[in-house]
This record gives sequence, structure tokens and C-alpha cells, in this order.
Amino acid sequence: MSALLEVNNISKRFGGLQAVDRLSLTVNEGEILGLIGPNGAGKSTVFNLINGVYPPDGGSIVFVGQDITGGPPYRVARQGIARAHQIVQPLGGLSVLDNCTVGACFGRQGLGLVPAREVAREVVDMIGLGDRPDMLAASLTTAGKKRLELARALSARPRLLLLDEVLAGLNPTETEGMIETVHKIRDSGVAILMIEHIMRAVMSLSDRIVVLNLGSKLAEGSPQQVADNPEVITAYLGDSKLLSVAEKPA
Amino acid sequence: MSEILLQVEGLEAGYGDVQVLWGISLKVARGTMTTLLGANGAGKTTSLRAITGAMCPRGGKVVFAGEDVTWLPAHAKAARGLVLVPEGRQLFSNMSVEENLEMGAYSRRARQHFRQQLDHVYTMFPRLKERRNQKSGTFSGGEQQMLAIARGLMAMPEILIIDELSLGLAPVVVQQLAETLKGLKASGVTVLLVEQNLHLALALSDYAYVIAEGRPFLEGPSAEVAAKPEIRQAYLGL
Repeated sequence: MSALLEVNNISKRFGGLQAVDRLSLTVNEGEILGLIGPNGAGKSTVFNLINGVYPPDGGSIVFVGQDITGGPPYRVARQGIARAHQIVQPLGGLSVLDNCTVGACFGRQGLGLVPAREVAREVVDMIGLGDRPDMLAASLTTAGKKRLELARALSARPRLLLLDEVLAGLNPTETEGMIETVHKIRDSGVAILMIEHIMRAVMSLSDRIVVLNLGSKLAEGSPQQVADNPEVITAYLGDSKLLSVAEKPA
Repeated sequence: MSEILLQVEGLEAGYGDVQVLWGISLKVARGTMTTLLGANGAGKTTSLRAITGAMCPRGGKVVFAGEDVTWLPAHAKAARGLVLVPEGRQLFSNMSVEENLEMGAYSRRARQHFRQQLDHVYTMFPRLKERRNQKSGTFSGGEQQMLAIARGLMAMPEILIIDELSLGLAPVVVQQLAETLKGLKASGVTVLLVEQNLHLALALSDYAYVIAEGRPFLEGPSAEVAAKPEIRQAYLGL
């Protein structure tokens, strides 16, 4: 396995808040890497740094051997990184197919309209929206919009897909379906970096996990390794040292 | 077991197309402290909002002191003594300490007992009395949380429901608040507590419910729950 994305020592500060602090991570060709951490750990900021929404204060981001540090996002998308946002961002007045066509036009291959539509059609089928390509994006259900968000990102034919909480807000059946879809995407050769709060899902999907806490890497390893890590357990369940006081008789 | 003060059965709730709770049930016995635990996004705050009427449940039942209050608005529930101390305190930051406490005693029942309840709260929190005329927005996080609890007490609660007691507070402040809660419990107040620090919540409470993905995960006396290895699964998925 070779490294597809190398994030080296990146930092980002917002006013008094060190949102990301000298973080390094690698996503290998063909793997699913889960990025987890308590609320406010800096996960979405890491995504924003990778796809160039804003530049890091320091450090570098190298994708397929090229320095992509600092974006801008449209150029990062052309280089082969696509992103499905946590808060879905469909073009509500366009159909499912047209949304994906836009993704293909501005993606890695920068396709013209006709081939873009072909790619879009393929992806729409693969993602499970093949029964309603002409439906307006705005009239899809939440689960449908989540799938469309994924489909539009995938239409860019990325080599790396950033998934930001694609399971949030889905019911159990839809969640199962989406997990299957994520597997299918990986099997098609696309590497995935995913942020996910539904721990059962991210633990079963990921090949490796990176745990963020307060902007830095707390742990890294297989799902089982990180779940057994005492520091990870403290970050999620709270510090047991507070107990010493709570247990004193009143 | 003593009288069940609050009973929630099969509670369902959500936002727009997104359903968050898929059947939460719990019981709180009078005079006890019960805690509701779970990872981020498990549905703890939504449960409290649906129980207290800050949002409308979609299904299930909330029975309080023998009365079905499921569909009552928040103010009617508060007037009956079902009182929420919301996450992030939500104080009136431009009002003084005492004005905030007055706002807590808004219902007719609480207003009638305003003086004696104010004395009671000031005895419990002498620091608030010292600073009765100070604007609450100038307080530290810990003092604000103390005031939020005091404001809740001014409503003459039968049950005080506290959302995220320790969020964003320094450990030493959390330990002071833990002492406050123990004092509340000793004085006979019934408490339903949501708290991010599992160890603290289990040490303070008598009974615990753990939820995951909007569903019941496990429950039991807090000491037993603390000893169960499965509890880690609710937070870490493995």
C-alpha cells in the first residue's frame, strides 16, 4: 500500500482556539481511514484544511506526490479529492442527474457536458438513486439528499473521498444501506477518509482509525486498538480522576 | 422502591425528517438521582427537551406525578414542578443574579413562595447572595452553572432536570458542583442528570440509563452499570 494523501504537521488557529495542532496523518491507496474524536476535537477543520477551504498556519498537505497545501477547493477537487458535506449542499432547483453532472464537470477529469452526464448516470445508479434521476434535489428525503451528496462527490471521479457524517440523521435501515454503499465505493478503488459519530458504524467500516482530541492526534491504529486505548476511553467517557472527590461521603 | 415521580415510555422525537429518539423509556423515583448517559448524538438532550416540553414528542408517553403530561407545553410542565436546567446555562446575561432568580420563580405557585425560596437558595449558595446585584454575564462558567441550578430551584421543582452539568468547566469547578449536587440530593430534591463525564455521573447517581443511537442500551443501579464492560460499547462502538 502506498500513501495517497500525506498530511504533515498541519496547524490551524482561530483567534484564541488552537483548532488543529501539528497533526500528521496518511491515507493509503484503497483504504478507509476513520477520523473520530469528541465534539470540538477539530475533525471538520481537518477536512477544511485538506480540501483547501482555508490554508493551514503551518505544515503541508501532499496528495499523489503534489503539494496541495492551501487550496483553493476547486483546484483540490480537480486533483482528485471530493467531499460529501455533513450539512448536505444540493443544488435544490436541479435534478438528481444534473447535480451529479455538475460534480463530473468540475471534478478530476473536468469533463464536458456529454461525457459528464454519462458519468453522472453511472454514479446515480451505483449510489441507489437510479429510480429517480429526474427528481428535483430539493424534493428528496433526508436519506435521498445524503445519497445525492455522496453521488455528486463521486461523480468528480475522485481518488480520495472525504465523507463528513454521511450517516447522521438516517434511520437504521437507511444506515445499513449507506454502509453497504460506502463499502461498494471503496471496492471500486476510491480511498475514503471519514468523519462519523455513529461509532458502531465507523468502527466496523474503517481499516484504521485516527482519534483527535483538542486538535491533536490522541491515538492511531486498528479499530480494536483505539477502542482499547486508555487515553481514548478517557476522552470519550470522561476522566475518572474526578471520582476521587465525588466518592467522598457527603 | 419509593414512588415513581417521572415515568417516560417509548418516547420518540426528532427534527424535521430526522428522527432522533426511537423509543426511550425511563423511571425516576422520588428523592433519587438518576442519570441519563450516552455518547455524542445519542439523544440525551433531545430526550430532556421532549420530556420537559421544550420540543413536542412524536410518540410515547411522559407521566409526571401520576398525570399524563406528554402534550403539555413547557410552561405548564414547569408550573407542575418539572423543571429543566438547560445545557449552556441560558441565563439572562444582562440581568442581575436576583433578577435571574426572579425569572425562575415565574409560575404562580413559585411566585407565592418567592421570599422563602430565595432565602433557601441564598443559604445554599452564599456566593450568589454576596453578588445578588451583579450581572450574571460577568460570572465565571462555574458561577453561572451554580446560578442556573439556583434559578431552577426557584421554580419549586418536584424534579430538577440538569443538562450537561460540567460542560466546559474546569475540573476544580466540576468538583464543587458535584458537592452542590450531593447537597441537593441530601435535601431531598429529585434529580435527572445528563453529564458527559460518565464516572462523575455514575458516582453521584443512584440509577443510570445508557442510551445509544436514540435507543435504550442498558440500565441499572449506577454502581452495577459502572462495573459493566459493555458500557464502553455505547461510547466507542467496540
